[in-house]
Amino acid sequence: MPAITLDTLRAGDSATIVTIHAEAALHQRLLALGFRSGRQIELIRKASFSGPLQVRIGTTDILLRLAEAAKIKVCKT
Amino acid sequence: MKRIALLGMPNTGKSTLFNRMTGGAARVGNWPGITVELLNGKILLGADMVQIIDLPGIYDLHGFSDDEQVVRHFLHDNVPDLALVILNATQIERQISLLLQLKQLNLNIVVLLNMSDEAKKYGITIDSEKMATLLDVPIFQLSGKYGTGYQEALKAVTRALRYPTPGMAAEVRSQLEQDEQLEAEMAQVLKHSVQIPAQLPVNLTEKLDRVMLHPLLGLPIFFGIMYLLFQGIFLLGLPLQTGVADLLAWLRETALVPLLGGLPPFLHGLLLDGIYNGVATVAAFVPIIILFFVLMAIVEDSGYLSRAAFLMDALMAKMGLDGRGFVMLLMGFGCNVPALMGTRVMRSRAMRLLTMLVIPFSLCSARLQVFVFITAALFTARAAPLVLFSLYLFSFAAAILTALLFKSKFQNSEPFVLELPPYRFPTLRQMVLRGWLEVTHFLRRASQFIIAGVVLVWLLTHLPPSAAPASADSYAGILGGWLHPLFAPLGITPELTIALLFGFVAKEIVIGSLAVIYGMSGDALSGVLGQQLDWVQAYSFMLFTLVYTPCLSTIATLKSESKHNGFTLFSIVWSLTLAWLLSFAFYQGARALGY
Repeated sequence: MPAITLDTLRAGDSATIVTIHAEAALHQRLLALGFRSGRQIELIRKASFSGPLQVRIGTTDILLRLAEAAKIKVCKT
Repeated sequence: MKRIALLGMPNTGKSTLFNRMTGGAARVGNWPGITVELLNGKILLGADMVQIIDLPGIYDLHGFSDDEQVVRHFLHDNVPDLALVILNATQIERQISLLLQLKQLNLNIVVLLNMSDEAKKYGITIDSEKMATLLDVPIFQLSGKYGTGYQEALKAVTRALRYPTPGMAAEVRSQLEQDEQLEAEMAQVLKHSVQIPAQLPVNLTEKLDRVMLHPLLGLPIFFGIMYLLFQGIFLLGLPLQTGVADLLAWLRETALVPLLGGLPPFLHGLLLDGIYNGVATVAAFVPIIILFFVLMAIVEDSGYLSRAAFLMDALMAKMGLDGRGFVMLLMGFGCNVPALMGTRVMRSRAMRLLTMLVIPFSLCSARLQVFVFITAALFTARAAPLVLFSLYLFSFAAAILTALLFKSKFQNSEPFVLELPPYRFPTLRQMVLRGWLEVTHFLRRASQFIIAGVVLVWLLTHLPPSAAPASADSYAGILGGWLHPLFAPLGITPELTIALLFGFVAKEIVIGSLAVIYGMSGDALSGVLGQQLDWVQAYSFMLFTLVYTPCLSTIATLKSESKHNGFTLFSIVWSLTLAWLLSFAFYQGARALGY
C-alpha cells in the first residue's frame, strides 16, 4: 500500500500513521494528542465546506483542519 | 504556607476538582515569572492551611503553546510543595506521558485518575495499585463529578505534604531528547496495568454526534441551539434585571433619599444621582451575567463548544478566526463583557485578540434598548422590525469587515488541532459555582469603572453651578458644542452628541441622558425626537451608537483580558473611526439620493 496523506481519507476509513511532517510546535501538539508512527487512526467524519476532520486515535477524538492533516502520511488498512 | 499545584491535560475535570477543593472561595492572583492570572484558593488540610493553584491545562510540558509556557515558567519560579496531577482515566494511554514528564522534574507528586466512572463505561480497567508500584507515586481513582474517592485522595495529599519536595531540575526544557525513553517506559507501565478493549463500544456521544454533526442538519441545529440560548437569556434575564433595578429604585426612595436629605444639594445629587445610580446600573446587570454564565457553563462543559467549532470553522477560517470565535460573537449579542471573558478558551493570543477586536460590534441588549426607543419614535410600526433587523445585519457586517481588514495583523501560528471530548452534563453544583465566580470577578472589575464614569457624567452636566443642568452652559453642553462640528456631517444634533458622549460610559444611559437634556421622558420625549429629527438623522445616530465603543465595562474587560493598553486603545480608536465613516457614508449618501 502506498502512503497517502490523512486529508485524502474518506469517512469510515482506517489507516496506520507512517510519518508526520510538521513544524516543531505542531509536531509536539500532535505527539501529545497521540499521533505517533505506527498507530491506528480512523477518520470519523469531515465537516461541510472543506471544514475540519474528526479523527479517532485510541480513545481520543481529535479535530484538525485539512492543512494540518496534509502533513500526516498514512497507510490505508 | 505550603503550595499545591494542580496539573493536568485539558478536559480532565481539573477545574471542577479545583472548585470542589476550594468550595468556590478562589481568587485570581498574579505570580512571579508569568503574566497571566491564575486561580488559587486556601484550604485547611490536616492541621495546616495550604494554597492550591489551578494551572492551565496542558498537553505537553515541553510544548510551545502559551499555556504550556505559563506552566513551565510557573513551576520554574514557584516550585510547589506538591504537584497534584489529574489524569483522565478514559485517555490514560495518552495522558500518562505528561505524568512521566512531571516525574522527571523530581517533584513531590500525587496522581488522581479522574472520570473513573466514565472509563468503566468504556470497559477500561485500571489496576491503580500496580500502576502506583511501577511508577513509584501514589495513585488514586476518583470521579470528580460525583465525588467518589475524593476523601481518600485528600488524605493522601495531606500525607504527601509532610515530606519536602525532593528538588527540581533547573533546566526544564533540555529534556526533549529523552522522549524515546519516555515512550518505552510508557508502554511498559501501560502493558502491565491497563486493559483497553480493541473496539470502543458505540456510546451515547457517538449517537448524538451522528445528528449534531450531520453534514446537512448540523448547522441548522447549531443555530437553533444558539437561538434558544438567546431566548433563554432574554426571557429569564430581562424580568430579573428590571426586578433588581426596581428594587434598587425603591431602596433609594424609601431609605436613601430621606436619610441623605440633610446634606447640601450638590453632595446629595452627587451621591444619589451620581454614585448610587451608577452602582444600581451595574447591579442590575448581575442577574443577566449569572444566567449567561450558567448557560455558557452548560454549553462549554457539555462539550458542545468543540462541536460548534467543528461546524463553523470552515467559514470562520476565511476571516482569520476559528469556530469558537463565532460562538463568542453570538454570545456578544447578549452582553459583550462575558463574551470577551469567554475568549479565554482560545490558546493562541493572536487569535484571541482578533476575536476580542470583533466582539464589541455585536449588538448587545443595552444597545437594543436605545434602538427600540428610537425606532418606535421615528418609524412606523411596520417599518420598525425591518429597521432593527438591518441594524443586526450592520452588526455582523462590521464584525466581518474588521476581521478581514486586520487578520493579517493578528496572524496566528497555532494550527487548529482540538480535542473533541465526549458529551457530559455539568452538575448543578458546577453551574452555580461557575456563575458565582464570574459574578464576583465582574463586580470587582466593572464597579470602579462605572462609578467613576457616572460621577463624571453627573459633574459634567451639573457644573458650573450657575448653569442649568445639562444645558448648553454646562460643561457637557460646552463639550457637545466643541464636538458638534465633528458630528454635523453625520446629521447628529448637539443634543444627540451629548447623549453619545454619555453613551461611551454605558448605552443604558443614552435614553436617560436624552431625557435629562430635553427635560422630559417617555412618550413626550418620543414626540420631541419625532419633531426634531428625520429618519435619516435617526438612522445615522443609531448606526454610530451601534458601532462605536459599547461601554466602559467593555473597555475595562478588553484591558484586563488583553493586558495590553495599546490594544485597548486601538480597539477604541478603530470602532470610533468605523462608526464615523459608516454614519457619514449613510447620511451623506441618503441626502445625495434626495431623502
